[in-house]
Amino acid sequence: MNINLKVWRQKSGENKGLLKTYRLENIDPNISFLEMLDILNIKLVKEKNDPVAFDHDCREGICGSCGFMINGRPHGPQKATTVCQLHMRAFNNEDDIILEPFRAKSFPVIKDLSVNRKAFDKIISSGGYVSTNTGEAPEANSTIIEKENADEAFLSSACIGCGACVAACKNSSAMLFTSAKVSHLSLLPQGKEEGKDRVTKMVATMDSEGFGACTNTGACSAECPKEIGQINIARLNQEYILSSLFSFLKSRK
Amino acid sequence: MTDYNLFSKAPEGDLYTKWENYKESLKTLTPEEANNYKIIIIGTGLAGASASATLAEKGFNVHAFSFHESPRRAHSIAAQGGINAAKNYKNDGDSVMRLFYDTIKGGDFRSREDNVYRLAEISKNIIDQCVAQGVPFAREYGGLLDNRSFGGVQVSRTFYARGQTGQQLLLGAYSALSRQMENKKVTFYPRHDMLDIVVVDGKAKGIVTRDLISGEVKTHSADTVILATGGYSNVYYLSTNAMASNVTANWRAHRKGALFANPSFTQIHPTCIPVKNDFQSKLTLMSESLRNDGRVWVPKKKNEQRKPIDIPEEDRDYYLERIYPAFGNLVPRDVASRRAKEVCDEGRGIGPTGFAVYLDFQKAIEEKGEDFIREKYGNLFDMYQNITDENPYQTPMKIYPAVHYTMGGLWVDYNLMTTINGLFSIGESNFSDHGANRLGASALMQGLADGYFVVPHTAMDFLAKEKPLKKDITDRAEFKEAEEKTKKEISKLMSIDGNFAVDEIHRELGKVVWDEIGMARNEAGLKHALSEIPKIKQKFWSNISIPGSEKDINQELEKALRIKDFIELAELMAFDALDRKESCGAHFREEYQTEENEAERNDIEYKYVSAWDYSENEQPKLFKEELKYKNVKLKTRSYK
Repeated sequence: MNINLKVWRQKSGENKGLLKTYRLENIDPNISFLEMLDILNIKLVKEKNDPVAFDHDCREGICGSCGFMINGRPHGPQKATTVCQLHMRAFNNEDDIILEPFRAKSFPVIKDLSVNRKAFDKIISSGGYVSTNTGEAPEANSTIIEKENADEAFLSSACIGCGACVAACKNSSAMLFTSAKVSHLSLLPQGKEEGKDRVTKMVATMDSEGFGACTNTGACSAECPKEIGQINIARLNQEYILSSLFSFLKSRK
Repeated sequence: MTDYNLFSKAPEGDLYTKWENYKESLKTLTPEEANNYKIIIIGTGLAGASASATLAEKGFNVHAFSFHESPRRAHSIAAQGGINAAKNYKNDGDSVMRLFYDTIKGGDFRSREDNVYRLAEISKNIIDQCVAQGVPFAREYGGLLDNRSFGGVQVSRTFYARGQTGQQLLLGAYSALSRQMENKKVTFYPRHDMLDIVVVDGKAKGIVTRDLISGEVKTHSADTVILATGGYSNVYYLSTNAMASNVTANWRAHRKGALFANPSFTQIHPTCIPVKNDFQSKLTLMSESLRNDGRVWVPKKKNEQRKPIDIPEEDRDYYLERIYPAFGNLVPRDVASRRAKEVCDEGRGIGPTGFAVYLDFQKAIEEKGEDFIREKYGNLFDMYQNITDENPYQTPMKIYPAVHYTMGGLWVDYNLMTTINGLFSIGESNFSDHGANRLGASALMQGLADGYFVVPHTAMDFLAKEKPLKKDITDRAEFKEAEEKTKKEISKLMSIDGNFAVDEIHRELGKVVWDEIGMARNEAGLKHALSEIPKIKQKFWSNISIPGSEKDINQELEKALRIKDFIELAELMAFDALDRKESCGAHFREEYQTEENEAERNDIEYKYVSAWDYSENEQPKLFKEELKYKNVKLKTRSYK
């Protein structure tokens, strides 16, 4: 198949960017999208031109490194699929394909399609953990967890932190990402103890990192490659309200 | 040239109490004292993140470096199947002793008894720790932890979180690390490559790094350095490793005096999605756990043209079940891989290339139902379908072996210290506890054992005997010299201005390594590799092209710095495989096999760890650590 790529080229965060057109011919529809970009890059290198920078690593859809906009959608047209798992058979011969970085104030562009997502790490380090030191743990089976809750916690914890939710949201909100971690830990007895503190701190960091507010459009879950659900946001809101109520009552004592 | 007398430093005495007694004899520091020391940790996967978090909890100031943007991107995240622990929750006769024995036997008696026993012992603490962190392991309906069985063993001791166990364990370690970042005990340096180790007065005291965004080459000093930089499967170009996994940090340490052990012990995983075309950039693993319910087969006759569904039972050869009635589809990885190669070499392989075998779930779906299979392996089936465009619920998977893990790595003693004083190596980056073949679900176990429970004790003991630097010493000549050398190397690469992209040379190298130092090796092939690799090296140094500038983000330069080291490593692998005139585990020398095509070990002459020094232009020198077996009896592995 033949394709016409329009790729966002931007030397660094300080420089202005623009879309550049590249044509690739005789592409095997069974190669992956990133393998197609490898072909483009080898071609560019051999012509002594700067290859397109993009983040990627495991190419199995689990590390969360890859992700950019393809024709306006994070990770492209296929549901529940990261860019690295997308194959060229999802496109048609002679398609125009537009590639742009995730656009969000909190994800500044590093180069071309690569953005800086360290704001996500900051949200996690402000409370996304159970405070337990190595060696302090009790016997594993002394904590009994209902299978249903363990399974639900797993589904929330399956978030790969790619940032598609932020890119999909018109407000650039990180609500789905944050709520997935809050849910994962609040569903488990190990995470209950610090629950109230956790949700307050993580939401505060989300705000201070410049992410927008959630207006419940659901675009985040629709575009999430791991199908992290809206129920996580509901759980976060519930935790947040309980936490606020609790501190209000405490302040009146 | 330095001479090494390799001694594991494991204390004498009873195997069962050795580690506990030894731990008590190690020196400790209070958190206030520990606060005087700085530790550099390279790599923040399972081993690096768990070590960083634990050492920070003990009061040390940890500076953690990764080439990733976040610790959560490390390749540990891709481990699917599970993690072993001798909990005996299933009451099927498991014990620390049994896990120890299975691991030693699985490694074909080429690992150190003391280390392996310690690993088995610690395995139980790991599960406790991970559950306390909130890792959502699979559970039974009663709310207790569930287990499954894995290749090479007959008990169920593998803990798992669907097919995403590595992800959940890494997120656990990452959360512990994040907590220490918030406590200001860990400083994290994202997108940094380590390009050299700095040795001062015989001790590792720092590193040289390149900031992958600004291109800045910089030095950092510390009281000790810990490498947790993973394995080198990407020397084969196509492997199941992530694209950026590399040997560079280890290789640079090797050049500075850390011996490299068993480099040719590389694991070929039997169940991967086969290579489909020349543009393939990496291979995808299908978890070994699938062999619990999947049956491996090929057609009985060559050039079979019928669809798998149309081939009746009597025309199928379930070769693993036929050859190994006791273990069947659950034989260890090396055995399953070699047998797959054998049936394909006979011409009975399937698919367009003839290099694939079927992994069939029909019987399991009939007996246990599709929902059961979906619950257990759903994400793997989805992944398979996504990549191949075939539905494995309806037609058998096609699989073929691929490089997956490297047992070899930097030689370490019982303290996990390399032959450079003050330089530790943990997780897959050391030559590890897996001997000549690693059993399934043991990599996560070893990474976390080293990081949470071993190196925090042994590194603290080392530091307690060291006077803290308490200041930056990067103005010393050793640092300046290392920095200049690195900068020169980068300029040299940038100035080549040839005609090949680095990936093209890498692919060429990978083909030679896979053909000659892959699943089966022989003397002629290894010598052929040794004549081909220098040509590739020559081509690399004279004809690669790296556009752009080194003072900028430059992904081609990053690759070139890694491939350069892979080329040197490939030569060492060939030397190592040539030296070992026996077959053991994953190292299968065609000249040394039994009449039934099983590996023929030679315990009289080769019961040693091969540890190699570095030499720029001549053959490296081999040092041997004799392995002593006091608690297990050496015998021929049999899975029949």
